[in-house]
Amino acid sequence: MHNKSVAELSRDLAAGEVSSVELTQHFLDRIKQEDSKYNSFITVCEDEALTEARQADALRSQGKATPWTGVPFAHKDIFCTNGVRTTCASKMLENFVPPYDATVTANFRAAGAVCLGKTNMDEFAMGSSNETSYFGAATNPWGHNLVPGGSSGGSAAAVAARLTPAATATDTGGSIRQPAALCGITGLKPTYGRVSRYGMIAFASSLDQGGTMARSAEDNAMMLNVMAGHDPKDSTSLDRAVPDYTATLNEPLKGLKIGLPREYFTDQLSPAMEQTVRNAIAEYEKLGATVREVSLPNASLAIAAYYVIAPAEASANLSRFDGVRYGYRCDAPKDLMDLYTRTRDEGFGAEVKRRIMVGTYALSAGYFDAYYLKALKVRRLIQQDFVNALKEVDVLMSPTCPSPAFAKGEKANDPVTMYLEDIFTIAVNLAGLPALSLPAGLVDGLPVGLQIIGDYFSEARLLNAAHQYQQVTDWHQRTPE
Amino acid sequence: MTISREDIEKVALLARIRVDDKQVSELENDLGNILNLVDQLQNANTENTEPMAHPLDAVQRLRADEVTETDQREAFQAIAPATEAGLYLVPKVID
Amino acid sequence: MQWDVVIGLEIHVQLATKTKIFSGSSTAYGAEPNTQANAVDLAMPGTLPVPNEQAFRYAVMFGLAIDADIGRRSVFERKNYFYPDLPKGYQTTQLEQPIVGPGHVDIDLPDGSTKSIRIHHAHLEEDAGKSLHEAFFDEHGQGMSGIDLNRAGTPLIEVVTEPDMRSAEEAVAFAKKLHSLVTSLGICDGDMSQGSMRFDVNISLKPKGQEEFGTRTETKNLNSFRFMEQAIAHEVERQMDILEDGGEIVQETRLYNGDRDESRSMRTKEEANDYRYFPCPDLLPVEIDDSFIEDCRSRLPELPDARKARFKEQLGLNDYDAGLLSGDAKLAAFFEETTARGKDAKLAANWILGEFSARLNAEDKSIADSPISGTQLGDLIVRIADDSVSSAGAKKVFEALWTGENDNVDAIIDAKGLKQVSDTGALEKLVDEVLAGMPDQIQQYQEADDKKRKKLMGGFMGPLMKASKGQGNPKLFTEILKKKLEG
Repeated sequence: MHNKSVAELSRDLAAGEVSSVELTQHFLDRIKQEDSKYNSFITVCEDEALTEARQADALRSQGKATPWTGVPFAHKDIFCTNGVRTTCASKMLENFVPPYDATVTANFRAAGAVCLGKTNMDEFAMGSSNETSYFGAATNPWGHNLVPGGSSGGSAAAVAARLTPAATATDTGGSIRQPAALCGITGLKPTYGRVSRYGMIAFASSLDQGGTMARSAEDNAMMLNVMAGHDPKDSTSLDRAVPDYTATLNEPLKGLKIGLPREYFTDQLSPAMEQTVRNAIAEYEKLGATVREVSLPNASLAIAAYYVIAPAEASANLSRFDGVRYGYRCDAPKDLMDLYTRTRDEGFGAEVKRRIMVGTYALSAGYFDAYYLKALKVRRLIQQDFVNALKEVDVLMSPTCPSPAFAKGEKANDPVTMYLEDIFTIAVNLAGLPALSLPAGLVDGLPVGLQIIGDYFSEARLLNAAHQYQQVTDWHQRTPE
Repeated sequence: MTISREDIEKVALLARIRVDDKQVSELENDLGNILNLVDQLQNANTENTEPMAHPLDAVQRLRADEVTETDQREAFQAIAPATEAGLYLVPKVID
Repeated sequence: MQWDVVIGLEIHVQLATKTKIFSGSSTAYGAEPNTQANAVDLAMPGTLPVPNEQAFRYAVMFGLAIDADIGRRSVFERKNYFYPDLPKGYQTTQLEQPIVGPGHVDIDLPDGSTKSIRIHHAHLEEDAGKSLHEAFFDEHGQGMSGIDLNRAGTPLIEVVTEPDMRSAEEAVAFAKKLHSLVTSLGICDGDMSQGSMRFDVNISLKPKGQEEFGTRTETKNLNSFRFMEQAIAHEVERQMDILEDGGEIVQETRLYNGDRDESRSMRTKEEANDYRYFPCPDLLPVEIDDSFIEDCRSRLPELPDARKARFKEQLGLNDYDAGLLSGDAKLAAFFEETTARGKDAKLAANWILGEFSARLNAEDKSIADSPISGTQLGDLIVRIADDSVSSAGAKKVFEALWTGENDNVDAIIDAKGLKQVSDTGALEKLVDEVLAGMPDQIQQYQEADDKKRKKLMGGFMGPLMKASKGQGNPKLFTEILKKKLEG
């Protein structure tokens, strides 16, 4: 049962072959049995999930089912869930139970989906390995000593381990695509503004975007159908029609113009990695696509621009964690300054503090122009590169990451090496474009992701391209031993 | 670009994060490395380039001036560290 | 040495919107603590701001009223600092691209001239909450402050002037004019005691005639015209003492205690403020188009200057009365209601600025609390003007209206027997009777010169009023007497 896709489970529920309660219980049992190996969940919502499952079964019997009614899934623990602890993997929010739902949460609720629990992540989504989680690192199902990637590492590990058929995730610099690649699943970061950020705990507001993780592109499309849309509570969410993302999955790819950014195929890539990605691209040519090289001349500046802009925004976004209204508060503060400085020292982990400090520095008097303003200008250069490239081709393809999953601890003590993990994914966030990662082969027995980047609001096309590939390959069906 | 201990202490104060001597030393190293990484920006030619604060070229929608919220003090204060008489308590505020 | 005083003001004006600038919480004053602070106002994780259209409308109306450029594209920025009444740890405000650009407000000076005070800009921002310093104690017995976030997120426009004022009087005249402007526009309730307008005063001194400005200080959060005047006088004196002793002024923020007439430096912390402004990524640029501006223009009511001119030209008021009655929107409305019924504008002005205002002041009431309506006062004016009631009688009628004894002017006149007798025949008869008993006084009168006669006239009026039980029309009595005595 747990090997079935969302689409299959949805059909089984509709056909009455299984009830939501049975399905939910099955996944809850699996989590109970298996998750000690992966630590992919921070909170499991056993009681709530079964209640939701019973309600879903009741709705179905009344003929009020949507494709998601009764289908289990999980939320990254960055989406606020009314009445269910939402930690952002931080000591700061260890006991935070929001009395409100994120819009994404409310959308899944309205669709009748059953939330199994909240998945592990890097603290405040700051990390590429899940090792910054206050609740301990999650483990990649492809190897007990391997990281699942980050920051949505818990969501990726849970999907890959078949503990949930699908999970929500967020992507600020690669946090959906990189863990999806490392865990051998499919993940989509939509266009900035496509999915509401309301109730999604902010890391860097102009880069954060909620998205989807599941094994197949089709399941990602089903998720996006629920998540996408205008939200009056989010000023940056765009009022633009939402297509049915499943409707165009079967469009033929004949004539699809693929661009390969020269800057993403350099010697940073091992020959095995490059070969795997090129094999996948050859598959697309068989499907009727044409391939050409394009250039993103400023690509090498993306990491630098990102590590000014994201920390700058984060430094302000995380100021609200002050021990006054909610969350962690230090013991017996002797004065106001002590309350602030000790609460924030004790409540935040090392990487979060580093980024707050970098951001504070970049915005401070004397450095603002050289860092922050300069980074915003470089951001425009990077965006222009994409706009120009996407005038010539329909989509861009590249490896999602420079290498397959790495070992825990390997990069944890060197922030800069860790940052380079996002070298192929980060520019997309600066530009606000949609991109997905899909499994495209194995290197040393570990999954390799192919990244597909599209023009603004081209999610349907990205999902279509991924789905067509998944009709002729089975990389997305592979399971870890 | 290097960052001095003094800078780190100043930034930590602005960010309201307590740092002890050991942390300052670690941060000196880590922040120095991060700043070296971002210093690549200085090589970029951004003459005549407008800063881009936001990926969307869109304008703000405005909300009608209608009360949509009800009193939820009880729910909000149930998760607060310290309250009394409906107020959030903090160590004495001195202007 | 002689010194020039240089004053610039920053004024926080709370906008009279129903809801907050970035959330749908009510802004009504006086609610129980934190009952009007929702998830956005409390900066709950993941919550996002959505701006209130009315706040922009009000800001644009203000801009049009001061003849300013309207920012066609305005951008919100974050001003970062930690304070318990600031839930997000930053204030969302405007810096580089404010909604209202340069404009001006003209003030009247005591010598009858007017002076134009330049407005540098006005920007939209959110108000902070309040820290209450009543006695709260934690479990360790430590003194605590209580935070009420009902006010957090109330929309403000911060109006920033150029340093164009040269005395406390000018600054107060400006402050009053601004108050009159925003209340007339209906964009602020103007209630200073509730903090609806708060003034920060920048003051510096320079040797008389010198071009270059001296170092300035900022005195924050003055919430009455009187405190503002006192605080300026206090600060000017303080700076003068320092400068005359050869000292230097430290650029700093000061707090003024109006009850004690003292001030002290605010932030003594070693840390310098560094607000690290940057564009708020949760909000997009706001674009104001022509139709929005024209809509705002069409909503502009008559402004104080135009109203004053109308009161002078159409109603014949003098400059002083017209100024007083046009300045306060509510007072002006009351005056117009009175005049609509009472017709005699000068008489109405006298009553409103005299008896009526004195009574409000004595009972510490605002016009909104007045027990008398403008129409009622207008009814009384009608009866004064048509001689139905004497001015002494009118005061009695006013009293009865005020205390609520009766709400009808004519009924009060009847009930209290205040109706003036203006029947010439009846009055003449009374005069004849009274004069018959006063031959000596008649002789005295007839021998006196004009000046003396005026005084002596009073000697006849007393007995006449008595004889008429106070109801004889004094004007007619005088006319008849003159005729009889002078032939």
